[in-house]
Amino acid sequence: MGLTGLEIYKLLPKTNTGDCGFPTCLAFAMAVAAGKINQEKCPHLSPEARETLEAAAAPPMRLVRIGPEQTPVLVGNETELFRHDKRFNNQCAIAVEVADTEDMPAFLQDFSALTFERVGQRYSVDLAALRCTSGDAGRFREAAVLLRNSAGKPLVLISEDVSIMAAALPVLVGDRPLLCAATPQNYRDMTELAQKNGCPLVVRAKSLTELSDLTEKIVRLGHRELLLDSGSRETAAVLADLTQLRRAAVRKRYQPFAYPAMAFASATEPLAEIVQSIVFLSKYASLIVLKARQPAQVLPLLTWRANLYSDPQKPIQVEPKVVAVGAVSPASPVYVTTNFSLTFFIVESEVANSKIPAYILPVNTEGTSVLTSWAAGKLTGAAIYKALQENGLESRVNHKTLVLPGYVAVLSGSTQEATGWKVLVGPREASGIAKFARENFR
Amino acid sequence: MVFMPIVEKYRSKVQEVVLGATRAQGGTRDFTVTVGGEAALPFLHYEGQIPHRPLIGMEIWDTAPADWPACFAPYFADSFRDPAVWAQRCVSGYGADLVVLHLKSADPDLLDTSPEHCAAVVSKVLNAVGCPLVVLGCGKPEKDNLVLPAVAEAAAGENLLLGLAEQNNYKSLTAAAIVYKHTLIAQSPIDINICKQLNILITEMNLPAGRIVIDPTTAALGYGLEYGYSIMERVRIGALQGDAMLSMPMIGNIGAEVWRTREATAPAEENPGWGEQHDRGILWEATTAAALLQAGLDIVVLRHPEAVRLIRQNITELMGGRGV
Ligand code: B12
Ligand code: SF4
Repeated sequence: MGLTGLEIYKLLPKTNTGDCGFPTCLAFAMAVAAGKINQEKCPHLSPEARETLEAAAAPPMRLVRIGPEQTPVLVGNETELFRHDKRFNNQCAIAVEVADTEDMPAFLQDFSALTFERVGQRYSVDLAALRCTSGDAGRFREAAVLLRNSAGKPLVLISEDVSIMAAALPVLVGDRPLLCAATPQNYRDMTELAQKNGCPLVVRAKSLTELSDLTEKIVRLGHRELLLDSGSRETAAVLADLTQLRRAAVRKRYQPFAYPAMAFASATEPLAEIVQSIVFLSKYASLIVLKARQPAQVLPLLTWRANLYSDPQKPIQVEPKVVAVGAVSPASPVYVTTNFSLTFFIVESEVANSKIPAYILPVNTEGTSVLTSWAAGKLTGAAIYKALQENGLESRVNHKTLVLPGYVAVLSGSTQEATGWKVLVGPREASGIAKFARENFR
Repeated sequence: MVFMPIVEKYRSKVQEVVLGATRAQGGTRDFTVTVGGEAALPFLHYEGQIPHRPLIGMEIWDTAPADWPACFAPYFADSFRDPAVWAQRCVSGYGADLVVLHLKSADPDLLDTSPEHCAAVVSKVLNAVGCPLVVLGCGKPEKDNLVLPAVAEAAAGENLLLGLAEQNNYKSLTAAAIVYKHTLIAQSPIDINICKQLNILITEMNLPAGRIVIDPTTAALGYGLEYGYSIMERVRIGALQGDAMLSMPMIGNIGAEVWRTREATAPAEENPGWGEQHDRGILWEATTAAALLQAGLDIVVLRHPEAVRLIRQNITELMGGRGV
């Protein structure tokens, strides 16, 4: 909510009719400001007051859907400038670009490899972006169909030529690709095309003022499924523009910029493109188009995305329940770790890697890492004892030996005392577990 | 409608800190460098002056590292054994602004070398390069309390950037920095209150705020980087809003965090889905650095020459091509 109770009060009739269910207009205004009730509940609002209140109540940035109705990629709806204030809402979409003059099967093969498993999460690029460089409508359409049939992700179609775009759309009915882009030159026809096909549309200009102007014109034509492209391509300029767009949306509720913003990586080298994209991802892009398409290049970008959009208040946790990895037997080793999701899944994958079946016991440390929980007094001999008891480890295994993370070797004595179990100190890094297991449990 | 850029008004700016000292200033450096001074959030030039670009330090050890992955061999194999050669390679070969000498050999669990030995290594590296030097202890407080004062004395007047001072262990290092004219790294465990408190304690001992660099602690990409990122953002916002005890420039020891992760080091065979280690390792380091630069990091400490190249390019672009 942008308005305070008093600001809202000034817009009300101040007649205290009570029809809203509140005794006074002031009480109603306070409730609206607190987000407890909708302004619609007052039947006596003037049209101007209604418009002002609606604009203030609208989300600062629109949620835009790209792709089929059932499985769209969602972008926008952001409300913050800094993740420490509140979790960012919708992950920045990553689109990998290919030209219609390129070898499509080769692209599709690369593209299909851009899905990753890491620490219990699945990361994936979101969109395939097709750029018309051929200037040939037939070729563009053919490539679009191929991508639609084989890429398995919604599309971004890149051409400022309305006739080329128009030729491709009839074969993509229901796919709702993102059309890129409407410009001051083509916007009437491009907007009409987008509306007719129910497609989201990129608004592209050469400056923020021109962008503001153009967005207003397009909105007046009745289209609101928009993404903003300021036209800048140099890293510092894109950063400046994306920052202005986000601030305008969430701080000023500036209506022409109440849409998600996008950026294009412009570096010629793939590695530099990724580094550049880290800037755009960190600072306010809701969609990035890039050409880098090797797994080793894309994984770091997707990892930073997962980190950046995580909840700053609450770490991701796993249940503090013992997990059996592989075909365990009563003789299998017991590894102690914490229930911080990141820590647990790293350990789990290394234990699986070791090919020696084992139990992993994630102690409830309220989702904190090994050293953090140790420093905070949450990973202790007593906590480990409790975890062993609650999970009934004594009856699962026929031995009394547990493995501690190497970083908390100092806990050996107190753990041995508190649990009565023998303590083996494991390696510091989980990557040492395979070797450690081979040496100790063969 | 003409769009009016939204320019935040800040009350203050980041403290400027000078590293190194030339002969005229009582040291032996060919030049000094200045970090900090920003009057705006990272790289938002329209909002306030950003007088100095972030610096790139390259990490070297005083003993050949056993656990650096094989991808470093082509760059350093012949220099690992001699920190002076290694330092020169970083500066003249790979364009480091600063050399960050990690006195690993002093670790009681490694070689347990003497404070005198460490001081001699520092002098040797100072002789080998003309840039300002950052010196880190072995990380074990009891030992570092012997080593770092000895280093400070042997390099008196050089204005080293010395670390680490921590909440429970800052006094002897701060005293040494005052007496022998050095600058200090104050490290806090991703906690803004401890960060502030430590700076208060250090300045109360009469080391000027302009001789402190903050290490708010970071983690590698995928290993808690977002926590370090958010703390840095908050520290920087605090500085711009006028909190003098958060106003120092920030340093991040990135290489050491990144190159112990599996994502940076594992060969493709171990995780075929993750692609080739070559690009993956370099990018794990460069992306960690690039993210933290967006949070306000002023001194980026890296290991891999290719990551250094990428980050130098990123900084140049973000400074609008100026200043490099
Ligand atoms: C992110 C972080 C935080 C986050 C918490 C994130 C979380 N959910 O845990 C926040 C900001 C909240 C935090 C707070 C604190 N932190 Co903290 N934090 C970190 C940081 C940067 C990264 C930790 C991390 O996520 N690592 C990644 C995970 C995966 O690592 P891990 O759990 O250790 O697991 C690895 C290994 O241990 C091993 N492993 C794990 N389990 C097992 C099991 C077996 C059997 C084996 C063999 C191996 C193994 O595998 C993993 C990969 O190799 C580290 C510094 C650093 N760069 O590491 C400091 C750090 C851990 N924190 C530290 C401290 C002191 C604190 C605080 C106590 C500070 C304070 N405010 O007083 C608080 C405690 C808060 C509380 N009351 O809970 C110190 C600990 C110092 C020490 N050596 O004792 C560190 C080292 C920073 C420092 N250098 O001072 N922290
Ligand atoms: S219904 Fe409208 S006019 Fe009547 S009391 Fe409520 S706010 Fe006031």
